Amino acid sequence: MGTVAAVLAAWWLLSATDVIPPARFASPREFWEALRQVELSGYADARLHEHVLHSAKLVLMGFAVAIGTGVPLGLVMGWSRRIEALVNPAFLLVRPIPPLAWIPLAIVWLGLGDAAKVLVIWFAAFVPSVINSYAGVRSIERHLVEAARMLGITRWMMIREVLVPGAAPLIFTGLRLSLQACWTTLVAGELIGAAAGLGRVLAQGALDLFPAMILVGMVFVALSGGVMTWALAMVERRAMPWR
Amino acid sequence: MALKTGTDHVFLSLLGVLAFFGIWTLIALSGLVQPQFLPTPWAVAQEFIRLLQTPFAGYTLEQHLLSSLGRFGLGFALAVAIGVPLGLLMGWFRTLDAIVSPLFDALRFVAPIAWVPFAALWFGTGIGGPVLIIFSGAFPPCVINAYRGAKFVEPRLIEAARMLGASHLRMVTEVLLPASVPSIVAGLRVSAGLGWQSLIGAELIVASSGIGYLMVKGQSNISTAIVMSGMIAIGIVGVVIDLLLRALQARIEPHKSGSEP
Repeated sequence: MGTVAAVLAAWWLLSATDVIPPARFASPREFWEALRQVELSGYADARLHEHVLHSAKLVLMGFAVAIGTGVPLGLVMGWSRRIEALVNPAFLLVRPIPPLAWIPLAIVWLGLGDAAKVLVIWFAAFVPSVINSYAGVRSIERHLVEAARMLGITRWMMIREVLVPGAAPLIFTGLRLSLQACWTTLVAGELIGAAAGLGRVLAQGALDLFPAMILVGMVFVALSGGVMTWALAMVERRAMPWR
Repeated sequence: MALKTGTDHVFLSLLGVLAFFGIWTLIALSGLVQPQFLPTPWAVAQEFIRLLQTPFAGYTLEQHLLSSLGRFGLGFALAVAIGVPLGLLMGWFRTLDAIVSPLFDALRFVAPIAWVPFAALWFGTGIGGPVLIIFSGAFPPCVINAYRGAKFVEPRLIEAARMLGASHLRMVTEVLLPASVPSIVAGLRVSAGLGWQSLIGAELIVASSGIGYLMVKGQSNISTAIVMSGMIAIGIVGVVIDLLLRALQARIEPHKSGSEP
């Protein structure tokens, strides 16, 4: 806490004495005024909470689709060596391409709208979801599966009672990694071109040479990312009460 | 790995790759999608080779790659040169840890790409701007892993060194550093991956050369083949960087290599 207070004090002092040139960075007062401006009268065609909600909505959509497609694929790959052999090489070909590098392709295919962003976010979360679900199934002890089989449980129960709970810890590790990646990817996508969102605020601030607004954008990118990570940790605790 | 099913495995793997390219080719040839949006795999391969020979967006593909690698090397080297000593010192001096940690944790939540506007404002779009973004991507893993490495040094070693009257400097350079090397090298792999990713992001937004810039130009020409060539080049370089660091890792701890996916 002391450090944060010291940094804030130094920030105030250095900008008040013009050691930090105002054209390069914002003073605390400018930051506050930019914050008021974007929330009360709007900036880059929307008010702050609308930008935040727009970005958060896209991340959640892409993230949800990635979980819905990636986790089942990873579980199946972990369960059946044949399917793993079939899918893995194609997957390995695509995997080294970072999510950010998909942005131009998504724009060529889908334009600058929301659909392109959801596609890229989906990809950013899809790869870690598959890998970690797969590793999760592989980490389940063999005798558990065999015991369950001996007890003659149905396939559905095997999935629900053995595979998913057994793989859950690693799945959640993957989700945590991918949530951060999703957020980065979305901000990059919005910086390149978007109608609304925090990246749009950053891009517009850069165009207008408006350091205070850039700072507002960055602070809210960090805050929203932090809140989402925290929310996911809450879900994780709920979903795995035995941990 | 089950050896019995070895041939079966290879067959299925080949089938998977064939299916991947087969479906791609079929869709491209079916005429449902214009070739501009989905070229066939060999059209992409041709474009890739053409880009190696004829300049696009000012340079050939190799020149774009060299320009990207130069920025990457600089940003990554800075991140290692500042991050590793900082992490080690934070692991040794509790006061420094208490001062830096809260700041570091707060800054870590800012996605590296969100530095783009300030990077352009402060350092321009040539080398400085992109390097700052690579740095902000590659820096945290360097610090964290050096810090963890220093924190998990065996207390016996530290006590022995202390008994022998080691100074703070020698403690950090001769006890903490060697003991944390495995952790640091593991951090370098993460750091290089994130740095390379951030570089692509930076070049997509602000740069006038580099592989990301090539892709943006391809995108505005609506040429999927150029964009895909860029993606392939990025993927290959990313894998090569990781393989080099993995080789370094295997050299440092030969007994641990080969178990990772």
